Amino acid sequence: MNAKTADKIATGTLRAIAGIIVLILASLLGYILLRGVPQISWHFLTSPSKAFAAGGGIGIQLFNSLYLLLLAMIISVPLAMGAGIYLAEYAKPSWQTDFVRTAIEILSSLPSVVVGLFGFLIFVLQFKMGFSILSGALALTLFNLPLLTRNIEDALRQVSFAQREAGLALGLSRWETVLRIVIPEALPGIISGLVLGAGRVFGEAAALIYTAGQSAPALDFTNWNPASISSPISPFRPAETLAVHIWKINSEGIQPDAAAVSAGASAVLIIVVLLFNFLARYLGQRLHKKITAS
Amino acid sequence: MNNDEIKAALTSKSRSAKLERRGKIISFLCIALIVIAVFAIFAFVAVRGIATFVGTKVTLWNFLSKTAWAPGTTDASGVPKLGALPMITGSFGVTLLSALLATPFAIGAAVYMTEISPKWGEKILQPVIDLLVGIPSVVYGFIGLSVVVPFIRNTFGGTGFGILAGTFVLFVMILPTVTSMTISALKAVPRRYREASLALGATRWQTIYKVVLRSATPGILTGIVFGMARAFGEALAVQMVIGNAALMPKNLISPASTLTSVLTSGIGNTVMGSLENNALWTLALLLLLMSLAFNLLVRWIGNKGAMK
Amino acid sequence: MRKKSALLIMMSFMTLLLALAGCGSDKGESITVVGSSALQPLVEAAGEQYSGDHLGVFVNVQGGGSGTGLSQIQEGAVNIGNSDLFASEKTGIKASKLVDHKVAVVGITPVVNKKVNVKNLTIAQLRGIFTGRITNWRQVGGKNLPVVIVNRAQGSGTRATFERWVMAGQPALAAQEQDSTGMVRQIVASTPGAISYMAFSYVDSSIKTVKVDGIAPTPTNVYTNRWQIWAYEHMYTLGKPSGLTKRFLTYVQSDKIQNSLVKQMGYIPVNKMRVSRTVDGKVTQLP
Repeated sequence: MNAKTADKIATGTLRAIAGIIVLILASLLGYILLRGVPQISWHFLTSPSKAFAAGGGIGIQLFNSLYLLLLAMIISVPLAMGAGIYLAEYAKPSWQTDFVRTAIEILSSLPSVVVGLFGFLIFVLQFKMGFSILSGALALTLFNLPLLTRNIEDALRQVSFAQREAGLALGLSRWETVLRIVIPEALPGIISGLVLGAGRVFGEAAALIYTAGQSAPALDFTNWNPASISSPISPFRPAETLAVHIWKINSEGIQPDAAAVSAGASAVLIIVVLLFNFLARYLGQRLHKKITAS
Repeated sequence: MNNDEIKAALTSKSRSAKLERRGKIISFLCIALIVIAVFAIFAFVAVRGIATFVGTKVTLWNFLSKTAWAPGTTDASGVPKLGALPMITGSFGVTLLSALLATPFAIGAAVYMTEISPKWGEKILQPVIDLLVGIPSVVYGFIGLSVVVPFIRNTFGGTGFGILAGTFVLFVMILPTVTSMTISALKAVPRRYREASLALGATRWQTIYKVVLRSATPGILTGIVFGMARAFGEALAVQMVIGNAALMPKNLISPASTLTSVLTSGIGNTVMGSLENNALWTLALLLLLMSLAFNLLVRWIGNKGAMK
Repeated sequence: MRKKSALLIMMSFMTLLLALAGCGSDKGESITVVGSSALQPLVEAAGEQYSGDHLGVFVNVQGGGSGTGLSQIQEGAVNIGNSDLFASEKTGIKASKLVDHKVAVVGITPVVNKKVNVKNLTIAQLRGIFTGRITNWRQVGGKNLPVVIVNRAQGSGTRATFERWVMAGQPALAAQEQDSTGMVRQIVASTPGAISYMAFSYVDSSIKTVKVDGIAPTPTNVYTNRWQIWAYEHMYTLGKPSGLTKRFLTYVQSDKIQNSLVKQMGYIPVNKMRVSRTVDGKVTQLP
C-alpha cells in the first residue's frame, strides 16, 4: 500500500468517526429536545414549582441557576485566570510546577459529591454561610477551577512566542505583555474554555445538593435589598438550581407530572447552554476584533 | 533635578517593574490558593478515611481484598464487613473500558477538526461538543436507563444493568472532554512542523500520524486523563445504569457498582463520625489515591513519549 | 490595569459578601430543617404554607438523608433534623439528647413490574424472594420469569423499615441498590420481573403493588396495624423546642395540616392512627 492510498483510507476513516460522533450527539440532543420542548410554555418558564400538584414551573430554579452561575464565574474566573497566567508565563519547568499541575488534576477528578460534602462541612457549617447561593458558588468554584485553569493555560500557550517577544522588545514588562498582548490574542480560546466551564457548572447537581440546597423559596422580584432572604439577588438564600430540580424530581418527585417537568427542564437546560454558547462565541469574536484591531 | 533625585529615580523600581512584581504575586497567589484548596480537601478526606482503620478491627488489606460490603454488619469474628474489591473492580472496569472506547473517537474527531476540515469542525462539531458538556449527568443517566439498558437487555440478555451499560453512558459523557482537550493539544502543535513535514513530501496522513500526533502526545494523554478522571468521579449517571450492587462483576452485563455510586447513595443515610460513614470516606480517599496514581502514570508515559 | 482593578473590585465584593454573611443580615425569623428526603416534600409544603400565614417567617427545608438530619441536629447545626427512623436505631447518635416529634406515618408496600402476574405473597414468600431462595416467579405461582431484586441503599429508612418487618433479622441478598424512590420506580417499571418496595405515596400506574398475606396496602389497614410494614416520620430537636421551632412543630402536628396537607401528599396522618408502636415494636391500642 503506498502512501497516497493510506492517506485516502485514513481520511475516510476520520471522516466516518467524525460522522459517527455527530450522529451520536445529534440523536442525544434530538431525544432530549423532542421529549422536552413540547412541555415548555411561558407559564412553565416563569411560574414557581409545585411540591405535589401538577402544573408546576421552573421559573425560580432557572433564575437561581443563572444567578449561581454568574456568582460562581465571578469568583472562579479571576482565580483561574491568575493561575493560568502563572502556569503559562511564569512557572519554570521543575518538580514544583509538576506538583502543582498534579494537584490541579487531582482536584478535577474529585467526585462532585465529595466537593459538595466538603462545601457543606466547611462553607455551610464552619463558615456559617448556611445553605446559600454563596456556599454553592464556592463549591462550584472548587469544582470548576481545574478545568478552567487548564483551558486558560492552554489558550495562553497557543499564542506564538513571537508575540511575546514583540511585547518585550517594546519595553513592556512581562505582566504588561501578558495583559495587553497575550490575553487579547488568546481571548477566543479563553472564552471557549469559559463556556465549557459554564456548561459544566450549569449542569452540576451533586455538588449543590448539600451547599446551595434543594429548596427554592418564593422570590419577591421587587425587593432588591441583597440582605433580605426573599430578594432575588441575595447570595444568602437557599437556591435550588435547575439541575438539582431535575435530580430531585427524578429521585423523590411525587408530582403527577414529574416526568413531563423533568423532560421540560432538561430541554430548557440545554437550550440555555446553547444560547449561552452562541452568545459567548459572538462576544468573543467581537471582543477579539476590537482589542486586536484585526 | 539634583543628584539625589536622579539617584533615587535610577535605583528605585520603575512603574513597570512594580507592576510586573505585583502581577507575578497576584498570579502566584491564585495558584497558591488552588493548591491550598486541594490540600484542604485531601486532608479532610484523608482524616475521615483513615479513621476507619483506627481503633477498629478493619485492616487495609481486608478493605482492599474482601468482597462483602455491608458496613452495618459484622462477620463471624466480629469484624465489620468492609470489602471494597467489588467497587474497585467496577470503577476500574468502567473507567478503562470507556476511555478505551472514547480515545479513538476523540482523536479521530479532533484530527478531523483540526487537520482535515477545520471549517466544518468549527461550525458544527465544536458547538455540539461544548453543548454536550452542559448536559447534567442526571439526564445522561435517564437516557441510559430508558435507551441503553433495554438495548443491552434485548441484545445480550440479563437485566441490562452492569458495566457494559455504564461504559456506554460514560463513553458519551467523557467524549466531549477528551475531544476538546485533544483539539487544544493538536492546535498547539506549531504550524511549522506540519509545513516542514509536507515540504519533505509526506502525505497529509503521514504528517498527522508521524508528526502532529507524536508531538501532541502529552496533550492528548492529559485529555485522556481528564476524561478518565471524569469517568472515575462520575456518580449520578453511572449509578442509574450500573445496577449498583456491591457484588463482584461476573461479566459485563451483571449488576456491579463503582466507588462513587456506593459513596453517593450511602452518604446521606449514615451518621457523621460513625464507622459506616467513615468507610464511605475511605472510598473517597481511595478514589483520590487512584486518580493520583493514574495521573503519575500518564505523566510518566507523557514524558517518555514527548518529542524532545 | 483594567484587569487588576477588576480583580480588586471582585475581591472587595467578596469581602463585603463575607462580612455581610458574618452579621446574619435578615430581619425576619428563620429556622433550618435538614434530613430525610422522604419527609422533605411534606415539611417543605408545610413550611411554605406557614410562611404564607405568618409574615416575616421563613422555614428553610433541605434534604440530605436521615443520617445527615440526625448528625446535624445532634451537632446543633440546624433547628430540626428529619428522620425516617428512630434516632436510637442509628449508630453514632445519642438519642437521649434528642426530642422526637412524630409528624406522619408512611406505609411501605412491595411493588413489582407490571408483567409479574402475582397478586398476593405470603410474608414467608416475600422473605424468600429477598433472601434469594426464590429466584423465579414460577415458584410463587406466577409465570416463568426470573426475579430481579431492587433494593434501596443500605441505611435508607425505607429499607430499614422493610427489612425490620419483613426479613425478621435475615440478611437480604446483595443485589441492585438505588438511593432514591424515583429511581426504584423507574427501574421496576422498566425491568421485567423486578420487585422492590416503596412508600404508598410513590406508587403510580407504572408499577403494581402486591398484597401481603391477603392484606392490601391501604392507609386504613395501616391505621389498625393490620398492614405492619410502616414507620413514623420523625422531626427531632436538640432538647425541648422553643420559639419558632416549637410553633412550627405544633403547626405540622395540628389537625389542620394532618387532615389536609399530610393526606393530600400521600402520607398517613399520625392523628388517625389507632395504634402506637415503640422503637422495639411494641404495639399499644390507642383509645
